[in-house]
Amino acid sequence: MAENKKVVIELQNVKRYFKVGSETVKALRGVSFKIYEGEFVTIQGTSGSGKSTLLNQLGCLDTPTSGDYFLDGISVREMSKTQRAHLRNRKIGFVFQNYNLLAKTTAVENVELPLMYNPEVSAIERRERAIKALQAVGLGDRLDHKSNQMSGGQMQRVAIARALVNEPAVLLADEATGNLDTRTSFEMLVLFQELYRQGHTIIFVTHNPEIAEYSSRNINLRDGKIREDTYNENIKSAAEALAALPVTNDD
Amino acid sequence: MNFYNLFKISIRAVGNNKMRSFLSMLGIIIGIAAVIIMMSIGQGSKESIRSELSTMGTNLLTIRPGADMRGGVRQDPSAMQTLKMADYERIMREKKFVTKVSPEVTASGQVVYGNNNTTTTIYGESTDYLDIKQWPIEEGDCFTEEDINKAAKKVVIGKTIVTELFGEGADPIGKTIRFKSIPMTVVGVLKAKGYNSWGMDQDNVIIAPYTTVMKRIAAQTWFSSIVCSAITEDLSDAAIEELTQMLRDNHKLKGDVDDDFTIRSQAEMMETMSSTMDTLTFFLAFAAAISLIVAGIGIMNIMLVSVTERTKEIGLRMAVGATGRDISLQFLVESVLISVTGGLLGVLLGCGFSGLLPKLGMPSSVPAWSIYLSFLVCVIIGVLAGLLPALKAARMDPIEAIRHE
Repeated sequence: MAENKKVVIELQNVKRYFKVGSETVKALRGVSFKIYEGEFVTIQGTSGSGKSTLLNQLGCLDTPTSGDYFLDGISVREMSKTQRAHLRNRKIGFVFQNYNLLAKTTAVENVELPLMYNPEVSAIERRERAIKALQAVGLGDRLDHKSNQMSGGQMQRVAIARALVNEPAVLLADEATGNLDTRTSFEMLVLFQELYRQGHTIIFVTHNPEIAEYSSRNINLRDGKIREDTYNENIKSAAEALAALPVTNDD
Repeated sequence: MNFYNLFKISIRAVGNNKMRSFLSMLGIIIGIAAVIIMMSIGQGSKESIRSELSTMGTNLLTIRPGADMRGGVRQDPSAMQTLKMADYERIMREKKFVTKVSPEVTASGQVVYGNNNTTTTIYGESTDYLDIKQWPIEEGDCFTEEDINKAAKKVVIGKTIVTELFGEGADPIGKTIRFKSIPMTVVGVLKAKGYNSWGMDQDNVIIAPYTTVMKRIAAQTWFSSIVCSAITEDLSDAAIEELTQMLRDNHKLKGDVDDDFTIRSQAEMMETMSSTMDTLTFFLAFAAAISLIVAGIGIMNIMLVSVTERTKEIGLRMAVGATGRDISLQFLVESVLISVTGGLLGVLLGCGFSGLLPKLGMPSSVPAWSIYLSFLVCVIIGVLAGLLPALKAARMDPIEAIRHE
């Protein structure tokens, strides 16, 4: 299924060991894969499989003990903290399980946040891009709403808009539907699939195997190693699944 | 990241938590206001003393018996009797830079008229005295040269004595009052002067010929002091020199022997007053400064707690690309913002309160430099207080910070 597209992410035998007291915890024991531009990849594993560690590696929040990680062709391994911060700013868009928006702050300002740390973007351009991003996720009419005035689903959309505003190489979602109810979770998957159709590269880390049915590729992680790496021939439509949900009747 | 964005972020953060920011800066507000008020009381007192002394004429010289008493040690009585008639006569004969001279003899006691009495001080002076003090007579006249020759029992009284003995607005001219049982005729009333800055009623006074007080009341042959005026303020030093020479000669003081008298000029007194006020102000301000240190520690504490509380926020900022430097600068600027805003409010409070003080009878004048100093101090406190929190924030590991509960 992978055409001759650009390699956005490449891991080469990445190992990550942690020293806990006198023991060594081997969280990643040699992980290798390539992710191409425009793929919607789920990285699925149970608790303790190493998916959080892998996420931190992919997000440049951490560096490998051995092996190499290339993000958009750049080797991350030797980078300093500051360099990685800059890299995160330009190349990665995070979406967290608990949205992680700034309190008492409007949607626009939340979305502007990554651009505040990008000195190349002027204040006017920053505002424009933020508004566009919010419109793209369907929140064009809630620009000045504060986080405490929004539902979980709306907050996650703001988070997605924030992740997209810097035009990153990859969207990195960590249990993005974990705090949402079923209906809202599906609405979110609809959005992710829409972004996939628009050509964004998406990595979705989750413990929930169901989500893999909606992505284009699934990497299954277990005990720090890749157990399976399969392309999804039959991607389910989240929009259809959403429509098929029983309507809840409160009386 | 550019400083304008950083500033915006910091202002936002401080504004988001108005109550906490205000409580943090409360210590600074109070400390700065206190410093300003202390400084303004000090400055105001200096200014009022200065203006008071200068209305008496800055060419005023006072000769007192006894060696320099600046150490505050009392001399034995004989040392206080060194100014004699011979000194006065010589000064009057040979003076060049000095114009008016008045030898002074004082005594305190009760003065009586009819059924009224009051306690007062009688000053024996020459006819030059009222000129030297620039004190006009309102009713009647001063006693004359002839009165001095005869040691006449004629006096000039101040307004307070009039009120106490005769009733307000009464005419005491020609009446006889008794000071320590000695009858005196009132020949003049002095214009009111009010209280001086030491809190003394200047109108509670009787002035008589010095000969009268020396012979009939105090029974002493020596003077309490001799007051003179130099021709001009600039010639004060020359006048002092001249007087010193005359007195040393008269007292047969040779070579390295210390003077057995002290000559003070008005200018000198002002200097002493000034520096006393300065010392006092310094110590008061020092106490207030200590409170500022405490306030700075307060800010640091609250910021440290704030950093811990905002761990998730810091993790998020790092995740979207903030470097350690971005984070530390943010908290540093927040700290300075709190401190400087507190300083601004403190200055306003201090100046406002200082403006009210005169209405309560206290002199006050805010020195401009104290305001600039206050702001400078606030910036320094803000930076120092913010250092530790800033470092703590920057050192956080984004992975742990994001997952912090």
